[in-house]
Formats: sequence, structure tokens, C-alpha cells
Amino acid sequence: MTAETVLFYVFAAVAVVASMLVIAQRNPIHSVLLLIASFGALSGLYVLLEAPFVAVIQIIVYAGAIMVLFLFVVMLLNAPHEETGHDLAVHPLLRPGPLRVGGVLAAALVVELVWALTAHGGESGAFPSGAVSSVAAIGRSLFRDYSFQFEVTSVLILVAMVGAVVLASRGPTGRAR
Amino acid sequence: MIDTFVIPLVKILVVLNATLVAVSYMVLLERKVIAWTQSRLGPMRVGPYGVLQPIADAIKLMIKEDITPVRADRWVFTLAPIISMVPALIVYAVIPFGPTVTIFGHAVPLYVTDINVGLLYIVSVASVGVYGIILAGYASNSKYPLLASLRASAQLISYEVAVTLTLVSVILMAGSLSMVSIVLAQEQARVWYGFVQPLAFGIFFIGSLAETNRAPFDMPEAEQELTGGFHTEYSGMRFALFFLAEYANMIVVSSVATTLFLGGWLRPFPNVAWLGVLDLIPGWIWFLVKSFVFLYIFIWVRATLPRYRYDQLMRLGWKVLIPLAILNLVATAIVKVWWLA
Repeated sequence: MTAETVLFYVFAAVAVVASMLVIAQRNPIHSVLLLIASFGALSGLYVLLEAPFVAVIQIIVYAGAIMVLFLFVVMLLNAPHEETGHDLAVHPLLRPGPLRVGGVLAAALVVELVWALTAHGGESGAFPSGAVSSVAAIGRSLFRDYSFQFEVTSVLILVAMVGAVVLASRGPTGRAR
Repeated sequence: MIDTFVIPLVKILVVLNATLVAVSYMVLLERKVIAWTQSRLGPMRVGPYGVLQPIADAIKLMIKEDITPVRADRWVFTLAPIISMVPALIVYAVIPFGPTVTIFGHAVPLYVTDINVGLLYIVSVASVGVYGIILAGYASNSKYPLLASLRASAQLISYEVAVTLTLVSVILMAGSLSMVSIVLAQEQARVWYGFVQPLAFGIFFIGSLAETNRAPFDMPEAEQELTGGFHTEYSGMRFALFFLAEYANMIVVSSVATTLFLGGWLRPFPNVAWLGVLDLIPGWIWFLVKSFVFLYIFIWVRATLPRYRYDQLMRLGWKVLIPLAILNLVATAIVKVWWLA
């Protein structure tokens, strides 16, 4: 085995184990931390795919920005104390309702994965490595070939932001809290 | 074998050790400079003029009792200082201390690695460092650390926007995200970007004071209001890790400022030919001198300016620095496309 294969299995194992532990935690802060660990491992996988730009963006956007917001929300809502009521004898994931829904979803996922892996004879499509690794190439396709879609997405995000401001502001005066 | 394993390992060892020594001596330098500003002597007892003070401090911190509060979240409490310290150290992987030099017949570049997204790597690693502060405040399970960590993270996230926007102006000028290419672009342009982008440099400097939680923006450690900040509940070596991370981050932003705005390892005034005699001094010395000047200014600012109030700090960040940075970015783009293309 080459060093890259070893690294691949290490990162893959960290990503899978951390993701599974995310849903097994009672304390949401620990879930957030494990999700960050999983994102870090994913970023390592991107580096192995020779896509450092994607790896770095993964860290900046997901680990650096989105998860900080998650952490803030969890901390400010004081969620850790809501979940740890002593009347919950059974772990929430092991109660019958969630078990059935989860079982159906898991079965669907297994079917999808088997189908995806066998449909094309198990071969993975080869991407030209230059296309994903070069910042210039990504920028060109983002701002030239897909510029309309890109700008439309940014308007969507703007709409979501305006909506959040409207929802958070108090009363008809629109005075923010 | 030597080129792929031994030399990189040696470089990593040298950079890490030099950083840790520099960090501990930064603490001494800061105490000394502030003491001189206030007509005091500073540490004088350990060694001549107190030069062995950092070693004494390190021993003291290591043998001190390491307390974990009873109601603390144990795992996260232990993890937080590590998360602060590690990003501050791994950033040095992409900092170019000097050009490629020949040592015993081997061409050795004076940086650990040069990846084509170097600048983004620094931004991403810095954004992970915020977690150390947030988690320290949360895990301590105590009022003041939580307040301080909320303040600190809000401050870091706000100023990250302005600082990153100034970095984009520099990327536009250089046309590359690699730290080495940015220095080479300045060599080719025969000018330091600090002179071409004075506004970006100014915003970067103010922003980096806030990013490193330094005075006058040391809100997270406002002793009078918060009894010491997000690390109030920490003691011994774990406290020391936070402390060292802060100083390591100072050295990081100084090195980044040197690379982006002060020409990295280039001599002063690369456009003046008769100063060519300055090229006899090796590049890495220029780099260290420039970074040192930057660090000295950090201390100077702390010794001189009073602390901002929290709302003033937020107003400065969002209403002054970010609009200015956006303006500067747009102006840079226009000039680059219309005049320099």
C-alpha cells in the first residue's frame, strides 16, 4: 500500500466514524464538534484527490463559518439542558417511532448506493485533474460559463437574509432588537 | 530521499522550534517594551537583564497545578487549548521566509511548502482557531468566560471579513494565491504592495490587531469587566497554551503582513538600483527584520492606546473597515482591468 492509500483509509475512517458519532451524542455541542472533525477528514480526502482549493474552501465555509453559527445557536439556545431530561429512560434514537423512520431511510440509502455502484459497472468517472485543482479554471467556469446561475444563487441567499431580518425585527416599526 | 524526506523534516523542526522560542521571547519583549514605555525596568532578576525569564516562566507554568472545574465539560475543556494552539503553529507551513538557497549542494527553498492556495490555507486555518476560544468559554461552564468567548468570537468573525477583503485586493494585484508567487510578483513589479495598496495595508493592520485580540481591541480579556476573559478557569500549562497561541498568532499576522505588503524577503526599495548593495544581506534576514518591526508596533500600540468599548469596536468593524475594504477592492479591480490590462 502506498502512503496515499493509507491516508485515504485513515481519513475515510475518521469521516465515517465521526459522522456516526454525531447522531449518537446527547450533548449537541459534542455533535457539532464531531461534525467539524468529519468535515476536516473530508477536506483531507479532497487534498488526496489533488483538489486543494476545494479542500480549503471546505474548511473555510463549512468548518469555519457554518459550524461557528451552529455552535452559537446551540450555545445561545442552551440546548444541552433541554435534551438531558432525566425522564428519558431510552435514548431518543432507540424509541420505536424514530427507529421505524430511520430503518426505512437506511434501507433506501442501501438500495441507492448499490444501484449507484453497479449501474455503471462499478467504474468511477475520471475527471481531468487540472479542472478541479486550478483556482483559475474554477473561477472561469463559475464567472463565465455559469455566471447566471451563480448570480441567481446569490440573490436567493440575499432573499433569505432579508427574510431573516424581517422575522427578527420587532413589530411594524421594524426596529431590530 | 534527502530532498523528499530529510530536508522537509529538518525545515519543519527548525520552523516549529524557532517559532516556539520566538513566542516565549515575544512575551519577554512585550514586558520589557511596556516597562520602558512606563519608565520601569521590567523583568531584571532571572539572568542578566531578565533574558532567562521565559525559561523560568515555562518551568513555573509546567509544574503548576492543572485544575479542571467540577462542572466543566471535561473533554471540550481539554480540547479547547489544543484547538487554539495547533492552527497557530501549522500556518507556518506556507510562510516563505526566504528564496531558494543552496546549502551543501542542495537547492533548499526557505519555506516548508508552496501550495497554490497558500493564502486561502492561512485564512482557513485561522478560521478554525476561533473554535478554541468559543469552546473554552462554553466548556468552563462559568459566566465570565462564556461572555468573553461570545465577544471574542463575534469580534473575530466580524474582522475576518474586512481582513479577508483586503487579502483579495492583494490577490488581484499579484494574480496568484501562492505566498511565494505574491513575493515574486512584488519583485517583478519592483515595489512593495504596501505602497500600492496603502488602504488595504491600513485595514489589514487594524484588522489584525482585532484578529489577534490585541490592545486596543483586547475586548475578550478586558480584566475590569470580565475578570480575565475566556481563559479565566484555566490554569497551568493549559492556560499557557492559550497565551502562547495568542503570541504565535501575532507572529503569523506579522509574517503575513510582511509577505503581502512589505515585499517578503525583498530588500527595501527594490526599484532603486544603487541600493543593490543591500542584496548582500540574505533575504531571510530582511524577512525577520520586517516581521520584527511589525511585532514591535503591535507592542507599541498596546502600550499607548486605551481599550475600545465593545459597541465602538463593532461599529468600526462593520461600518468603517468593511465598506472601505469593499471600496478598495472594487477600485483595485477597475484599475487592474482598465489601466493595467
